[in-house]
Amino acid sequence: MVLFLQQMINGLSVGSIYALIALGYTMVYGIIKLINFAHGELMMTGAYFAFLIVVTSGLPFLIVVPLSMLLAAVFSVVIERIAYKPIRKAPRISALITAIGVSLFLQNLAQVIFKADPKIMPELIDKRPIDIGPLQISTVTLTTLALAIVFMVILEIFIKKSKPGKAMRAVSEDKDAAILMGINVNRTISLTFAIGSALGALAGVLYAITYTQVFPTMGVMPGLKAFVAAVLGGIGFIPGAVLGGFTIGMVETFSRAYISSQWSDAIVFGLLIVVLLFKPTGILGRNEKEKV
Amino acid sequence: MSKQIKIKKLGINVSAIVLLYIILKSAITFGLITRYHQGIIIFIMINIILATSLNLATGFLGQLTLGHAGFMAVGAYASAITSIEVRALLPNMPDFMLLIISLIIAAIAAGIVGVLIGIPALRLRGDYLAIITLGFGEVIRVVINNMRGLTGGAQGLTGIPRIVKFDSVFWVTVFVVLILYRLTHSRQGRAIMSIREDEIAAEAVGIKTTHFKVMGFAFAAGLAGVGGGLYANYLAFLDPNTFNFMRSVEILVIVVLGGMGSLTGSIIAAIVLTIMPEALRSFADYRLLLYSFLLVVMMIFRPEGLFGRREFSFDGVKEKFFNKDKIQEKTNIS
Repeated sequence: MVLFLQQMINGLSVGSIYALIALGYTMVYGIIKLINFAHGELMMTGAYFAFLIVVTSGLPFLIVVPLSMLLAAVFSVVIERIAYKPIRKAPRISALITAIGVSLFLQNLAQVIFKADPKIMPELIDKRPIDIGPLQISTVTLTTLALAIVFMVILEIFIKKSKPGKAMRAVSEDKDAAILMGINVNRTISLTFAIGSALGALAGVLYAITYTQVFPTMGVMPGLKAFVAAVLGGIGFIPGAVLGGFTIGMVETFSRAYISSQWSDAIVFGLLIVVLLFKPTGILGRNEKEKV
Repeated sequence: MSKQIKIKKLGINVSAIVLLYIILKSAITFGLITRYHQGIIIFIMINIILATSLNLATGFLGQLTLGHAGFMAVGAYASAITSIEVRALLPNMPDFMLLIISLIIAAIAAGIVGVLIGIPALRLRGDYLAIITLGFGEVIRVVINNMRGLTGGAQGLTGIPRIVKFDSVFWVTVFVVLILYRLTHSRQGRAIMSIREDEIAAEAVGIKTTHFKVMGFAFAAGLAGVGGGLYANYLAFLDPNTFNFMRSVEILVIVVLGGMGSLTGSIIAAIVLTIMPEALRSFADYRLLLYSFLLVVMMIFRPEGLFGRREFSFDGVKEKFFNKDKIQEKTNIS
């Protein structure tokens, strides 16, 4: 039972990282119907920003995190303007290929700048286990979980209540109608990218702290899993990304603990396949009728 | 088109292929092409097979697939295991017989996996299909990684007979491209392309869309298996992790750069994209950077790829250069 609870907390922590990345995928997909394959790389970029800030200035955790989120947000807006804006009206497949190209480009850029070998992430959070009854939870796990939940709540309030948030929902519902209502679509899309990658960068920093290293390809696997999470929950739906992220985190941790660590990736992707076959739009997705 | 012109065209193409073979073969025999360059040529051929087969699924059938490396892996392992076992049973069997048997097994195995995946997956469209094929591709890789007894697991599979030579790769590639060309220019091929253009309209005129989708998909998978089989029997060593998502992306990039729906486009893109990384080896650090940069630039400025849906043909070249006034919008779609 103790082991079970311990694994559950680990699952929640991993899941919260996936959920943060999945939010970026889902928001971008919701607004311009683009699977942003470069999102995992934005997470990696965020982690490198944090690494650079810490190494050069030694600022504390609470300043490093917002700063690297901000930098990653600016960075992603630049990418969006250069690479994604020109192909917004192009067929879906060219948009997808562009995203794959951007992803490869960022990976290799990081490789050229920082070299392929992993860099040790300095300990930003005091790492000590906290005992809750028989359970041992590390401060890192707890911080990850707490920060993830705080930012999810902020995002939810932002999207439901604020004016730019409402604009985002409007653009994702119907872009042309949103233009007629006087919404600046370009700015809204950039804002979506910025928020999505800020959350991705947060996940990147937390991931780097958890595994104590940063390296150029660190975004690939979490990116892919988070993407699976977004689809699992219903891509384009924000609660879906959170649900999917936690589900994937749990499934992965439990299958690693109780079934086999080698098969856990297959189980995660297998789950995706099963869900897509029975409910192609994901757990929370709406079914859309096809129109002629 | 009259029969005479058809025969003439066939003659031109056949002689071009034979000429290419003679040139390459004599260059190898006289030592003009080193072993290293010969290896590159073989990889070009394998990439041509993979790209043209993916083009059938993505370019002609219009179903975006991100798991082609999975089918390649199935074919590679099926043929590797076949050639190891058959060689052990019948050590005197000539190389080309062994290769043919193992490639047939590879095609069948990958084709069966293609049908099994295609039947459920092809109910989905667009992005969702891309995602589910990505998922299947990863699952195939993990399964291979874990069937240690059969596939050698993560340590890789060794001791595969090295029975692939330049000649066999060349003729297998010609054969595969020929099959794909005939298929796309047949009644079935037109049915497949009608699904790409408009699935609902295709269904309305009585085309069994599910049947043709699964058929096209399985065909593409089977031929990718042949590519994998050549790969396995050339390298004589298989590592399951080479068949990852990035491998699928590489094949897709070839198809997209060459033009979705153009077999000759895929062939030329496969040649360019296999040589380019080798030629840029001295800038190894910047190689992939440049490669991905080109990809993005290409998508922004020429998203339809080098050839679009057009096919390269000697007639086309002749028309373009000799009767400039008579150029018509010549597409081979219709």
